[in-house]
Amino acid sequence: MTLSLKTRAERFVATLRHCQNLGLTVESAEGNTLLMRLPYSEKIVGNPVDGTVHGGSLTTLMDTACGTAVFSVLPGFELCPTLDLRMDYMKAAEPNRDLFAEATVIRIASSVVFTRCEVYQGEERDLVAKCSATFMRIGEEMTPPDFRARIEQGDDVAGDAV
Amino acid sequence: MSFEKNLQQAQSSGEFQPLVEAIPYAQLIGLKFQRFGQDVLFQLPKNDDNIGNPILPAIHGGVIGGFMELSASLHLMMSMDTGTLPKMIDFSLDYLRAGRHQDTFAECQVWRQGSRVANVAITAWQTERSSPIATARAHFLLAR
Repeated sequence: MTLSLKTRAERFVATLRHCQNLGLTVESAEGNTLLMRLPYSEKIVGNPVDGTVHGGSLTTLMDTACGTAVFSVLPGFELCPTLDLRMDYMKAAEPNRDLFAEATVIRIASSVVFTRCEVYQGEERDLVAKCSATFMRIGEEMTPPDFRARIEQGDDVAGDAV
Repeated sequence: MSFEKNLQQAQSSGEFQPLVEAIPYAQLIGLKFQRFGQDVLFQLPKNDDNIGNPILPAIHGGVIGGFMELSASLHLMMSMDTGTLPKMIDFSLDYLRAGRHQDTFAECQVWRQGSRVANVAITAWQTERSSPIATARAHFLLAR
């Protein structure tokens, strides 16, 4: 049974409790690029005066988008811890609008995976933030069997395999 | 009362708890702080809702980053008297160890505060201050 990249990505994100709290969803995953959505909500606001979301929620969005792209693109079921993140905040996100992160895996080396990500709002792709993130490869054999089973089978086994 | 008014009041009274309570993201992750004169210790108490990797289990790296970003901006607000919210320009974060499912602490160092930009270093640790789980550096715009 081969899982689509999107199914792998969705099941991976489903295991991340904090991401469930934020309501992160995988919009698409094709080739080496993944699109993730962070819905606007009052609980992630950092500036209560104007309702702007806190940069920390964008950090979680970008770390998760890049990390999920890495997990879904690697051939095995490798869990890769983040080595570093470098983020630039171009402008404050507009309140009451969802945020989208487009993460791309740039290079998969033997020990390290390089990624980049852009966060934008709306169809006009208004750029809010961008990031460069690097992940360590610790090997597929480090993935616990029960975690692997959760990804292979999903919480709901019916249906979504390709 | 507006947030800026809250901030100005906090800066004149030295009482920052109401300000932190007014920031929804701080409440979401559960940030706490303690001031010791000019020093500030930030705390992220153990919280099931902050878990990313469920296997270890470990705190989501993004939450550790968010905690450190928020600590840096609060530290600046506590050490300045400008009455404006510092805006983050960039943030560079190195993960050194997994953030275990336990309390996390952070402290900040303002290396340079110019008229427009501040450079802040942040260190986060759990059991030992000398074994940080992450270090970071942030630039803030101190806009009017």
